[in-house]
Amino acid sequence: MNMNADVVVIKDVWVHYDSIPVLEEINLVIKEHDFLGIIGVNGGGKSTLLKVILGLVKPSKGTVTVFGDTPQVSRKYVGYVPQYSLFDLQFPVSVWEVVLTGRLGHTGLFKRYSEEDKKAALDALTEMDMLEYKDRQIGKLSGGQRQRVFIARALAANPKLLLLDEPAAGIDMVMQEEFYELLEKLKTKMAIVLVSHDISAVSVYVDKIACLNHRLYYHDSKELTAEDLEATYHCPVELIAHGVPHRVLKKH
Amino acid sequence: MMELLQYEFIRNAIMAGILASISCGIIGVYVVVKRIVFISGGIAHASFGGIGLGYYLGINPILGVLPFSIASALSMGWVSKRSRLPEDTAIGILWAMGMSIGIILVSMTPGYAPDLMTYLFGNILTVPFSDIVLMLVLDAIIILVVYSFYKEFLALCFDEEFATVRGVHAERLYLVLLCLIALTVVVLIRVVGVILVIALLTIPAAMSRQFTSNLKKMMLLSILFGAVFSSGGIWLSYLFDVPSGATIVLVMSVVYLLYSLVKGISS
Repeated sequence: MNMNADVVVIKDVWVHYDSIPVLEEINLVIKEHDFLGIIGVNGGGKSTLLKVILGLVKPSKGTVTVFGDTPQVSRKYVGYVPQYSLFDLQFPVSVWEVVLTGRLGHTGLFKRYSEEDKKAALDALTEMDMLEYKDRQIGKLSGGQRQRVFIARALAANPKLLLLDEPAAGIDMVMQEEFYELLEKLKTKMAIVLVSHDISAVSVYVDKIACLNHRLYYHDSKELTAEDLEATYHCPVELIAHGVPHRVLKKH
Repeated sequence: MMELLQYEFIRNAIMAGILASISCGIIGVYVVVKRIVFISGGIAHASFGGIGLGYYLGINPILGVLPFSIASALSMGWVSKRSRLPEDTAIGILWAMGMSIGIILVSMTPGYAPDLMTYLFGNILTVPFSDIVLMLVLDAIIILVVYSFYKEFLALCFDEEFATVRGVHAERLYLVLLCLIALTVVVLIRVVGVILVIALLTIPAAMSRQFTSNLKKMMLLSILFGAVFSSGGIWLSYLFDVPSGATIVLVMSVVYLLYSLVKGISS
């Protein structure tokens, strides 16, 4: 891993699903210790952009480098917290087993999990304050607790970049606040990118913000123009910021 | 029941039942938790093509099933992941195609096709010792592969995308899992036949799931359920002189339904 390289460099990336463009002309540089929020409507390509960074979706045009290498090679250093709704909650697996799967890239085939793997999983659970639930079946947790487990699973790999897809979905408001404070703590150790359709929650906590609706509007800062928001949400800005345009966007 | 054990064919039948319970106990758990019952049914039915192939070539039909079921598993896996067809449509087509090939090959075989029904609906009471050896070998392969890839299979079944992100070759591993299902089908054909295989792949696993949320324990419990039900089925089919495969499946389904009913009422 080239430590001096930017974390992620996306150059002129296009992604098509069945010849329909989902991402158009995306240019994005993510730097070390960036805490970037990407907001946009559902279906605007937010999850796809994360999958491009993970190498799960191949761009039809353009280049993506992660830590100076291909996404596939650099996956080892990337933690991923997928969308909450995609799990079978009845699945017969414990919290501990779920977090251990975060170590798979480090263990290798035909081997049991090593002591090092177990320690990393233990540390991740401790950091997320979920150690006491380690033997619980994954479905027998609240939404917020489960979210912590999936973050612990991502952290078990000791990532240098953490990607979160709609992390606040399924968590109540009180838990959300705690959750974002948790990310504040993590951002000293790694770059964080989170995508969300909920502009108000995200914009309070992140350091930089981008808008995505097939195209990306980003100024490497927390500033967004009214035009960016209009282009992203296709509706008057006042509506989104609850009558006080730019309030949450420029306060910090 | 004890006096039955003096007959060799009953001892063979019970041994076959236990060997079948081992493979379907382990693989059935994956089939149930990964929700791939339909593709498993497809592999089982398409394997009938292999029985036709065996008849046509004049070899033990089971030896025809082995390559044919592996081929069906690989093509179904490949088509369902890569083709533009919806997965269930693709499986439905290959399912019927495999069976049709079998029927054509059987009809092209000169003379009468003896014990064809045995392969369709199973007859555990006529399992020859050579097939028991084959079942033993296939069970050993299944156990070895599952033991080697246990943590990868768990990750694959729980969250395929995350497994990929963590460097697991999810698609290849999925094909390995489908091949294990194909091997299980071969083990089960003698016991319940291609039509009823799906019952043994799902019922013991579905039942064990009610009692534990640990994958390993689920497998052990499924094996136990399978062994108990198949032995019970063999005994009943001997007692009432009814087909053994169907009896085993009925015993399992009735117990499962009764259990669900009792559980539903008590909660």
